[in-house]
Amino acid sequence: MAKKILQKTKNPMPLQDPVERARNFEEVALGYPVDLAVLEAQRCIQCKNEPCIAGCPVEIDIPEFIRQVAERDFEGAFRTLMDRNVLPAVCGRVCPQEEQCEARCTLGVKFEPVAIGRLERFVADYANLVKFTDDTPPQPPTGHRVAVVGSGPAGLTVAADLAKLGHQVTIFEALHKAGGVLVYGIPEFRLPKSIVEREIDGLRRLGVEIRTNHVIGQTFTVDELFTELGFEAVFIGTGAGLPSFPRIPGINLIGVYSANEYLTRSNLMKAYLFPATDTPAIRGRRVAVIGGGNTAMDAVRTSLRLGAEHAYLIYRRTRKEMPARAEEIEHAEEEGVEIIMLAAPTAILADERARVRAVRCIRMELGEPDASGRRSPVPQAGSEFDLDVDIVVFAIGQGANPLIRNTTPDLPVNKWGNIIADEGTGATQKAGVFAGGDIVTGGATVISAMGAGRRAARAIDAYLRAPSSDGFSPTDV
Amino acid sequence: MPRILSKEILAPDVVRFWIESPHIARKRKPGQFVILRTAEGGERIPLTIADVDRARGAVSVIVQGVGKSTRQLNAMDAGDEVLDVAGPLGRPTDLHPGRRVCCVGGGIGAAVVYPIACGFKALHGRVVAIIGGRTKDLVILERELREVADRVVVTTDDGSHGTKGLVTDALQALLAEGEVFDEVVAVGPLPMMRAVVEVTRPLGLRTTVSLNPIMLDGTGMCGGCRVSVGGEQKYVCVDGPEFDGHQVDFEELSARLGAYREDEAASLLLYERERLAAGEPA
Ligand SMILES: Cc1cc2nc3c(=O)[nH]c(=O)nc-3n(C[C@H](O)[C@H](O)[C@H](O)COP(=O)(O)OP(=O)(O)OC[C@H]3O[C@@H](n4cnc5c(N)ncnc54)[C@H](O)[C@@H]3O)c2cc1C
Ligand code: FES
Repeated sequence: MAKKILQKTKNPMPLQDPVERARNFEEVALGYPVDLAVLEAQRCIQCKNEPCIAGCPVEIDIPEFIRQVAERDFEGAFRTLMDRNVLPAVCGRVCPQEEQCEARCTLGVKFEPVAIGRLERFVADYANLVKFTDDTPPQPPTGHRVAVVGSGPAGLTVAADLAKLGHQVTIFEALHKAGGVLVYGIPEFRLPKSIVEREIDGLRRLGVEIRTNHVIGQTFTVDELFTELGFEAVFIGTGAGLPSFPRIPGINLIGVYSANEYLTRSNLMKAYLFPATDTPAIRGRRVAVIGGGNTAMDAVRTSLRLGAEHAYLIYRRTRKEMPARAEEIEHAEEEGVEIIMLAAPTAILADERARVRAVRCIRMELGEPDASGRRSPVPQAGSEFDLDVDIVVFAIGQGANPLIRNTTPDLPVNKWGNIIADEGTGATQKAGVFAGGDIVTGGATVISAMGAGRRAARAIDAYLRAPSSDGFSPTDV
Repeated sequence: MPRILSKEILAPDVVRFWIESPHIARKRKPGQFVILRTAEGGERIPLTIADVDRARGAVSVIVQGVGKSTRQLNAMDAGDEVLDVAGPLGRPTDLHPGRRVCCVGGGIGAAVVYPIACGFKALHGRVVAIIGGRTKDLVILERELREVADRVVVTTDDGSHGTKGLVTDALQALLAEGEVFDEVVAVGPLPMMRAVVEVTRPLGLRTTVSLNPIMLDGTGMCGGCRVSVGGEQKYVCVDGPEFDGHQVDFEELSARLGAYREDEAASLLLYERERLAAGEPA
């Protein structure tokens, strides 16, 4: 065969038409068909130094799985992924690959990197279609019992890893459904809930028990998990679930929401099916979402699907500084989201029924870089303007939920209320208690939460197998 | 799934359920609530825990059928299972030993003041209860309250039972009569709580109210239950549900409670039509 000519750009992934998809909740990206995946995989030059692996927070053997795809060994590729990542169908869809593995790709120095994320997604979806299962037999039961608090990506990963090692794991989840942000935050059109359910079913098959409707700090305290329920170790992965609102007039008007509420109504409670479901959706004709991260993108794109005629995204810096993934910003614009940059709300104005009528904004200019290295926005005096809207959604960051902190006084937290845990092991200063994910780092990513879960699982395993817990400090792991 | 152990109709559209939930029964303190879902696709309904039976591992809730979700719940029977019960949620009542407390319950609010009255009584307080309703049939938990409280006053708007008038009239009469209270606890419809708060404000008499905003998760995650208390934003599900009534912005809360009125009405109408079509009582 003649030497292949190197293709410089990624093979595009088929997408739903933007006009159509802006009005439905079906998944936007359709995934690679088999031949396109093989073609994309063949772009990988299998370079010797494998920089992509170091860019992956869970260190997937990326060149290996891509080689397997190129050779049409999809089952092998699936095993390579599963070896490091228990949620490949999720990560292939929501990871910021452009900042991680793909950012390091050797091909990317001159051309576009290999579409690693799209290939990961392809393998996971293909495996589901033809029902490959991860049949590595679990280790014999050890008799050790571990409680995992929270069923987001951090909790799911710890649970899977510990179950595979033969430990008996119980997940306690506050809501009626497991999955954390994957079910209540990220919308169906970006991450179909059936995929999350499938991954969670896999966990159940590993023997993990999932107890929903258990709010730790209320139903049981962390201490009671040890003393009353007899667990030997506890992992806390409760996420960053406390919305922030700015201190401006009108914040409690009808029609002002946190992104958490807006998205939870739509995703978890399926309010977009109302009245077939019972939780009312928030249908606005003109919706303004404040923020520039993934959460803001998800909220503003949801508003279109709920029927908004105008969906505005208001961000105080410029597009370049937006923390959202570039692809999400592009998708939002294609769908008709109107981005208003360099502006921030100063007040929300009411009609005579205490409902939102408009949001008052002030124009910004970028000044000196702040602590985060981003140029900080400076309000321009006298530049206020009113934007007529009936819904305002705030997606401006999350704090740490106080329920566990308030009921576990000997668990040290930092000044923002995040649990202090060792980065390498997740060990906290409380014996037998480990933590990881957004509750430790503040709002971050799915894959970093999974990475923290993986490291904590290793440390918990060592902790449980230590000859005696007497005199053993989990920070020694 | 949690099973309904018994069902009892206390007043028209007002039902008491005992629901199996041993771990909630064990932990619950007066003032706390649960969130319950009846079926897939159903709303998360916040309900005060009116009582617990630790021996049976059960909690009781008293439900007024006002919208689709509560009517659907009230149409369930002993032996049926609900889908989810999460709790106990919220902070317990701030109970102090030996207090002289007046517990005022308007309508279904009696179901919320009853466990609080029990809590104060267990700490050797003196408890006077005032309960009221529009008419005799709507006064609930009178017998139960008589068993715990030192004194019970019943009012009805139409005079069909107890004294004719509002619960605030009774409160004023008690105060005029020389009853001394360290604290008033008032729970009921918003206009009633507002009226009680205005009676006690000039006296500087500490008044606790239990708020029932629209809730979603009940764990502090969504912020939908926020209210202004003393100019500060509070989340009722984790900071409450009980607050200093003199500090609560009732105007705002009342507006927020109406956020989905039209949707709720539409949903209820649809539900009633479906029930009629199925030949069941609406
Ligand atoms: C709308 C949105 C979009 C996002 N998009 C992306 C994206 O595209 N890519 C990406 O990488 N990241 C994204 N993120 C961030 C990512 O979802 C989070 O970083 C990640 O989910 C954190 O995982 P976690 O396991 O720490 O916590 P979470 O996923 O937050 O899960 C925590 C779980 O714990 C439960 N819990 C909380 N308190 C208690 C308690 N007391 N008792 C019992 N259970 C409790 C919660 O109900 C929840 O289910 C997004 C976040 C949001 C909100
Ligand atoms: S109900 Fe969501 S924060 Fe209280």
